[in-house]
Amino acid sequence: MKTHVSNLVKYKDLFLELIIKDIKLKYRNSLLGVLWSMLNPLLMMVVLSIVFMEFFKNNIANFPVYVLTGRIVYQYFADATNFAMDSIHANGQLIRKVYVPKYFFPLSRVFSTLFTAVLSLVPLALTMMVTGLSLRWMNLLVIVPIFYLLVITAGIALILAAITVFFNDLKHMYSIVLMILMYMTPIFYPISIIPEKYLTIIKLNPIYPIVDMFRDVLLYGTLPSLTLHLICVGYMVVYAGVGLLVFYKSQDRFIYHL
Amino acid sequence: MNDDIAIEISDVTMKYRLMTEKIDSLKNFFIKKVRNEIKYEEFFALKQVNFSIRKGEVYGIIGMNGAGKSTLLKIIAGVLKPTSGRVLKRGSVAPLIELGAGFNGELSGYENIFLNGLLMGYSKKFIKSKMEEIIDFSELGKFIHTPLKNYSSGMRARLGFSIATVVKPDILIVDEVLSVGDFKFKEKSEMKIRSMMKEGTTVLFVSHSLGQVESICDKVIWLESGFVKEIGAAKEIIAHFKQHA
Repeated sequence: MKTHVSNLVKYKDLFLELIIKDIKLKYRNSLLGVLWSMLNPLLMMVVLSIVFMEFFKNNIANFPVYVLTGRIVYQYFADATNFAMDSIHANGQLIRKVYVPKYFFPLSRVFSTLFTAVLSLVPLALTMMVTGLSLRWMNLLVIVPIFYLLVITAGIALILAAITVFFNDLKHMYSIVLMILMYMTPIFYPISIIPEKYLTIIKLNPIYPIVDMFRDVLLYGTLPSLTLHLICVGYMVVYAGVGLLVFYKSQDRFIYHL
Repeated sequence: MNDDIAIEISDVTMKYRLMTEKIDSLKNFFIKKVRNEIKYEEFFALKQVNFSIRKGEVYGIIGMNGAGKSTLLKIIAGVLKPTSGRVLKRGSVAPLIELGAGFNGELSGYENIFLNGLLMGYSKKFIKSKMEEIIDFSELGKFIHTPLKNYSSGMRARLGFSIATVVKPDILIVDEVLSVGDFKFKEKSEMKIRSMMKEGTTVLFVSHSLGQVESICDKVIWLESGFVKEIGAAKEIIAHFKQHA
């Protein structure tokens, strides 16, 4: 354990550099890139709002903010895990040649994707103001669910990155899983339309409580309940723990599959 | 463990499991598993290797191709984990195994110094403070801001060597790198390694040039198909090796 910590301290500059490199690569040569990251969720919100407010009538209060909060959380999770998944393959040449802490590769991608997610908070704030929600200091509490989301995503990313090394068709299967997860998350429907018997399954979804928390602090202006916090902390411990364990146990065999 | 021991290798075995067929998809894996068609072949790159090296000693590793020399160096450098056995290292290790790992052709030499240095575990601050020294030693001069893809292979190797040797490591692992660059740089790099040896750095040295091994090393380990065949004074072992071959 002590050696792991001292190793992390030794290589911390490398970790930061990997994150910065990812962000730079994503927005290279395009000033519009940053703008695009903000425009994208905005356009998505407009489309979804038209479809679900005009075509399918619903009675969700402030639907634009409702859909945007859900989408930001889901999109971050999907982007980060997808990006982290083939991080070991992408850095195979390096791993074969020098010793580098291998968990840096998936984790740096989870962190660099966070940049895009934070950017999309800007259109969210705009939407909030336009729809008549005044910004409050309390909104800053959104940092708490973001932290939970980051840790849960990191845990799942580690599991996926480790398995993908051995079986690279996981990528195709995972895209289906992501789609199911999207429908399991109340992004554009209210949780109240879910029949009782399916509710437990929906709540097992690791990003469901995060979305709930986002809406509490941004949309409803209430403090998330203690139960919600406990659920999130529970998921965090489980996913991060399993992720670290799976990755740690399998990382020595990566090199034979690269 | 004794205080003056720098590297201790105990019972290190490296076993590769070669699948007779490459399986890299879940679909394939399950089908083959159900039909019980997965077969492995075992291959030992190293078998029960034992030795210890004292601080300041200079060891050469010799052997035929495929004897396990590179595997052994990679295990000591930490790139590979042995299947069983233990490796103890005292102090910092500078591996000159794959020079310029992680070099990016699109970036300039200057930027690559940062990238490569970070991969070797240096801090940003440290690299900045040593930048002049690295550029000087590599003799790249005005080319340092040119993209790396335009470098010759000798220039790349020089840059890699300069980055790797800018630290004062406790243990230096050298794999055939003295054959980089022109004869002048070859001399210069040999001088650098010799000066490190004088300062008490422990050196592990792999080369096919027996003359070079004999002139640099005090002791030699002779590997043959994964086993340690003999360990001892450089002259003696090399003579045996030559007779045998």
